[in-house]
Amino acid sequence: MTAEAANRANDSILAGLMRRCNVTNLAVDHNAERLIMFNAVISVVFLALGGIMALLIALTRWEAVHLLNADWYYRVTGAHGAAMLIFWILFFEVAGLIFGVSVILNRRLLWPKAWWTAFGIMFVSALTLLGIMLSGEATVMFTAYPPLQATSWFYLFMILFAVGALIAVIMFFIELVNARYRGEVGPLPLFTFAMLAAAVLALWTLVSGAAAFIPTYLWSIGVLGHVDAGVYRLLFWGFGHGAQQINLVAMVGVWYVLAALTVGARPVNEGVSRLAFLLIILFIHMGAIHHILVDPGFSELSRAVNTSYFIYGATLGSMIHALSIPAAVEMAQRRKGFASGIFTWLKKAPWKEPGFSSLVLSFWLFGVMGGISGVIMGTVQVNMIQHNTLIVPAHFHMTVVAGTTLAFMGLSYYLIPLIFRRDHVFPGMAKVQPYVFAAGMTIWGLGTGFAGHAGMSRRHWDSTFGDMPLATDIFQNAQIDISLVGLGLGALIAGVGGAMYVINAVATVFTGKRTDTPHLPGIDPDALRPADPAEREAALHGHDHKRGFEFPGTLILVFAFLVLFMILYATSWFELSSVNWTIE
Amino acid sequence: MSYTSSPLVAPPRDWWQPAGRDEKLWLGIAGAWAVSMFVMMVIIWPAIGGQQNQIHDYRVDPSDFQAYTASFIEEHQTGELEGTPVVSPPPDTDIFLQASQFAWTPVLELQQGETYRILISSIDVQHGFSLQPDNVNFQVLPDFITGLEITPHEAGEYTIVCNEFCGLGHHLMVGQIIVVE
Ligand code: HEM
Ligand SMILES: [Cu+2]
Ligand SMILES: [Cu+2]
Repeated sequence: MTAEAANRANDSILAGLMRRCNVTNLAVDHNAERLIMFNAVISVVFLALGGIMALLIALTRWEAVHLLNADWYYRVTGAHGAAMLIFWILFFEVAGLIFGVSVILNRRLLWPKAWWTAFGIMFVSALTLLGIMLSGEATVMFTAYPPLQATSWFYLFMILFAVGALIAVIMFFIELVNARYRGEVGPLPLFTFAMLAAAVLALWTLVSGAAAFIPTYLWSIGVLGHVDAGVYRLLFWGFGHGAQQINLVAMVGVWYVLAALTVGARPVNEGVSRLAFLLIILFIHMGAIHHILVDPGFSELSRAVNTSYFIYGATLGSMIHALSIPAAVEMAQRRKGFASGIFTWLKKAPWKEPGFSSLVLSFWLFGVMGGISGVIMGTVQVNMIQHNTLIVPAHFHMTVVAGTTLAFMGLSYYLIPLIFRRDHVFPGMAKVQPYVFAAGMTIWGLGTGFAGHAGMSRRHWDSTFGDMPLATDIFQNAQIDISLVGLGLGALIAGVGGAMYVINAVATVFTGKRTDTPHLPGIDPDALRPADPAEREAALHGHDHKRGFEFPGTLILVFAFLVLFMILYATSWFELSSVNWTIE
Repeated sequence: MSYTSSPLVAPPRDWWQPAGRDEKLWLGIAGAWAVSMFVMMVIIWPAIGGQQNQIHDYRVDPSDFQAYTASFIEEHQTGELEGTPVVSPPPDTDIFLQASQFAWTPVLELQQGETYRILISSIDVQHGFSLQPDNVNFQVLPDFITGLEITPHEAGEYTIVCNEFCGLGHHLMVGQIIVVE
């Protein structure tokens, strides 16, 4: 930041347009602050609604309970997907965009009104969409594959919601250019860089979504006679998958921030971390294909090249983060004096801080359960024995729920008290919440995954397959029964973990004790310390090059991860080869 | 060792520093693993595997497909099972399987060890072909044929589940393939 920009921030504080945060010393724009409040609160509201619906459908799929009737099960499954994957995540991400382009840059928003417009459009569209989906007028799931048709209002409000999100994304770029122009920022902080990567991906994603939904809307009102089912799927997943990559990038950005806040971690290498984001941006447009690996319309080779994001280029990006996040934590802990042995740094980590436990659990479940299952499922041939079974939701709940959602929850343990200037109402509950939620999701993921592994379909009301013409008893066996108990019990535990989060968040926002110095889980002083020239000089030109490894513990962990990856990968080919049919 | 700053603060202008030795080690190995997985999928399995995902795809008008299926049934029907025609086509013929809300038509009777070309399409919305208990899944779209060359190796009754949501009766949509010796 130039001196001029710093003065401008000080003037704004004197003029009452900004405030100086007593904890972080950041200059916070009142407009930005209010926007973050509204986006964050609304996102939590959708998380709560989506969570209630999650329990309803999980208790339906758990055959012993079988709660909802078929009509409601399908409605609620669609609405749960929309409330969670689209609304909870997107409102939180818009809050993240504002945070990244205003609060941590100590600057005021250029056009708060445009941000409010984005919020308003998104909010109205989201509520309307949930209403439409629950009314039974749009029981088409959030994927809305034509020619199964919903009421035209559904497509219209989907498009409107996307317009709202697009305004936010475009505003992010405008704000960033403006910040550069006014000397408020030079090289971007890594978190802002991650949000920039997310915004770039969002552009592509929203364009693809428009290309899918606008013709479908025109078809629903009779202007177009026909929508091609295959082309729609390609375009839809350009949007649907692109959106997951936004979540990934935002989540990794949040991981870096949590590591910084909790133990003062700094990326091991600025360039390598940024390169990993770049790899993801470069290859992600190919991601749509891994949703349509068993669709007619593409050659096997083109599907293979695309689903691998061109020779696993994006996977490589993720594997880089898989190293650099724990390495950053390890090096920070070693700097602090936990330098002995290989894993002392990990043992002495702040496991009771929800920010840290969310980081570790999210990182672990995302990588080990979500990441490996995703690469396996995205293999053209192996996809044949997984497509549309319960393995698919098992995989993506590990990425977007255990991974992204948990990371966002962890960040909000800091964000909510700092932005609302209130103390946590239930700090004790916050300490255990990430563990409860992660345990529930793990059990849920294993149960759901094993059910899918045995062939159980996703989005299916009758897990017995025993009461229709040509019924079968294939699915009436102990493996399925036990798996579905895992699905049901895991959902209940995760539901408790989710409720703990929501209760504390809502109570804090509305009834927490007002204070300018909220009690936080603890912020490491290094997290907000500007670059230190002396330390930098010493690090770059010092001659203390040691012979040993810089982060031996992390290396052991990532190699263990790789071995597990290899074993599971090999197992998946073995399973494919044991199918009793030749398919060519 | 390089110097880096917190992800929450702006780094110095010359933030680019070469990667350290530990990172290069991981980059190299992770890169090699990425390439190996690609080679497995694109070269090794296509050469050795018995289960390939080579869809023979065609465009088709749904009403034409319905007519093909009807004449296929007429030619080879041998019985009826719970209201669905059963057909026993000779090996080496094209067999048709029609998906509609909420039925798979017809029930197919195939011979163990023989190879068939199965052509699947939908006459209304999207459906999912899911052969159980072997758990082999393909997407079924209107206007497209999902064509596969299949050889059953074990006699028995196989169920076809619909695993793409296709409307409120989605869970009622079950079909059958009977493999005889
Ligand atoms: C307590 C946590 C959660 C539980 C227990 C849960 C449970 C479930 C269940 C049982 C299904 C239906 C599977 C099926 O029958 O096909 C489902 C679907 C889904 N869930 Fe969740 N969920 C949770 C949280 C989330 C979150 C946080 C997200 C997104 C961020 C999410 C996104 C989805 C999506 C996109 C679907 C697919 C809907 C569809 O097939 O159209 N879930 N979930
Ligand atoms: Cu169907
Ligand atoms: Cu169906």
